Amino acid sequence: MQKKKLGIVSKIYIALIVFFLYAPIGVLIFMSFNKGNTTVWKGFSLKWYGELFKSTRLMNALGNTLIIAALASVLATILGTAAAIGINNFRGKSRALIQNASNLPIISPDIVMGVSLMLLFSFLGVIFHFEMGFGTVLISHICFCVPFVVLNVMPRLRRMDQSIYDAALDLGCNQWQAFYKVVIHELMPGILSGMLMSFTYSVDDFVITHFTQGAKFNNLSTEIYAMLRRKIPPTINALSTLLFVAIVVIMVLINVFERRAEKKQAKLK
Amino acid sequence: MKSRKLSIPYIIWMLVFTMIPIVMIGVTAFRDKNGGFSLEPFQKAFGYSNVFLKSLLIAFLSTLICLVLAYPLAYLLTKMRHSTQQTVQMILMIPMWMNFLLRIYAWVILLQKNGPLDTALSILGIHGSYIGNTAAVIVGMVYEYLPFMVLPIFTVMSKIDHNLIEAAQDLGSNSAAVFRKVIFPLSVSQYLGGTDDIMIGDVIDKIFWTDQNVGSAISLVLMIFIFVFLVLMNLFGDEEAIA
Repeated sequence: MQKKKLGIVSKIYIALIVFFLYAPIGVLIFMSFNKGNTTVWKGFSLKWYGELFKSTRLMNALGNTLIIAALASVLATILGTAAAIGINNFRGKSRALIQNASNLPIISPDIVMGVSLMLLFSFLGVIFHFEMGFGTVLISHICFCVPFVVLNVMPRLRRMDQSIYDAALDLGCNQWQAFYKVVIHELMPGILSGMLMSFTYSVDDFVITHFTQGAKFNNLSTEIYAMLRRKIPPTINALSTLLFVAIVVIMVLINVFERRAEKKQAKLK
Repeated sequence: MKSRKLSIPYIIWMLVFTMIPIVMIGVTAFRDKNGGFSLEPFQKAFGYSNVFLKSLLIAFLSTLICLVLAYPLAYLLTKMRHSTQQTVQMILMIPMWMNFLLRIYAWVILLQKNGPLDTALSILGIHGSYIGNTAAVIVGMVYEYLPFMVLPIFTVMSKIDHNLIEAAQDLGSNSAAVFRKVIFPLSVSQYLGGTDDIMIGDVIDKIFWTDQNVGSAISLVLMIFIFVFLVLMNLFGDEEAIA
């Protein structure tokens, strides 16, 4: 495709969209340095950042979000990768059935999934005497993460050459070595992108956590939700700013690494 | 490697945590408060058909606006150099990594009375609050889903061996995916909309804590609606509408 310099109208259009996407975040960042506790500017101050780190509720919620996301994405990746390898050996109708069942959590609206899991957990809770909390949230997050892992690993499996695995066996690997060194190695890009997707969906989830959190457990989303119902503390602005900075740093780093890898590959060719 | 056994844990997992819960919704939706069989939950659920229709309308408008805004942007992306493409894609995705509720909260701040928009427009002599109406809800929705619209369209456009019909189908399925996401968000309308902008997701949330039967009935109707929608999309488009 021909790459030309973009015209002025195109550039303005892109600038407007970027402005639309960043204006709300910009406002939050600006407000996080406001001395006053309303949206009226009262002078520069860093006091909300101090308040933020003193707020045990927000810090706890942030910790919970990260722990759940880490555990859910790792467990979902293990479960999903194994599942994908297994499913790949099914053929015909049974394969289609399993895959469609696996896609259900992606297809059904979050709220339906949240509600259905809440029904299950409250039913089981009565029988086995437990309350909803960390455990039920973790299970629920694994539920919506696994399908993404399966979807990411599946195409890699289909492209993989079965004979490499057989060759590894012939060359003296035992089954586990061959599995680990050949299969997992080949699937790695899919496994990693599935895990990354799981992590980000878990961090961003509100609806499903909302229905399965029980009375005491909160992640960042549900905590902010609870705060939004009352008067909003300006510490949320400070939190948004810090999260935004962290995200930008991570994204830029990922981007830089990707470009380096691409350049290396281009050189090899 | 040939083993199917590896999928057994996940199949059991799906049975317990996906299938049984959905069956439970189905069972709960046909019961009254005493646990007997009843169609009452559905009768009550249909009392919310206005909310459902309004949700559909908001979702449709938001998707349309997303499409109209995203299409030129995706096209411009294809005209850029590869490195610029990567940078612009990154710029589009960064806001989406912020927490969902923080993004909505940001719009609340931006649009409220004495907020930045109000202050800016007061120079022109216009005063007021820009929150609490359907337009604010749609703006919030477009904000949430625009990047998810741009990137798939861009991917489709940058395929080289791509005929027009395929492109149209992909476009349809991408729009469908966004539409499906937009229909039932929770709490966007709670914070940005007015009292008559409440959407079906918020209705389920409100009802479910007091009346699980009616909540389940509405959820069941939603699921059936989604499945019919998907089947229709698959008749006209390709399977990608599912993912």
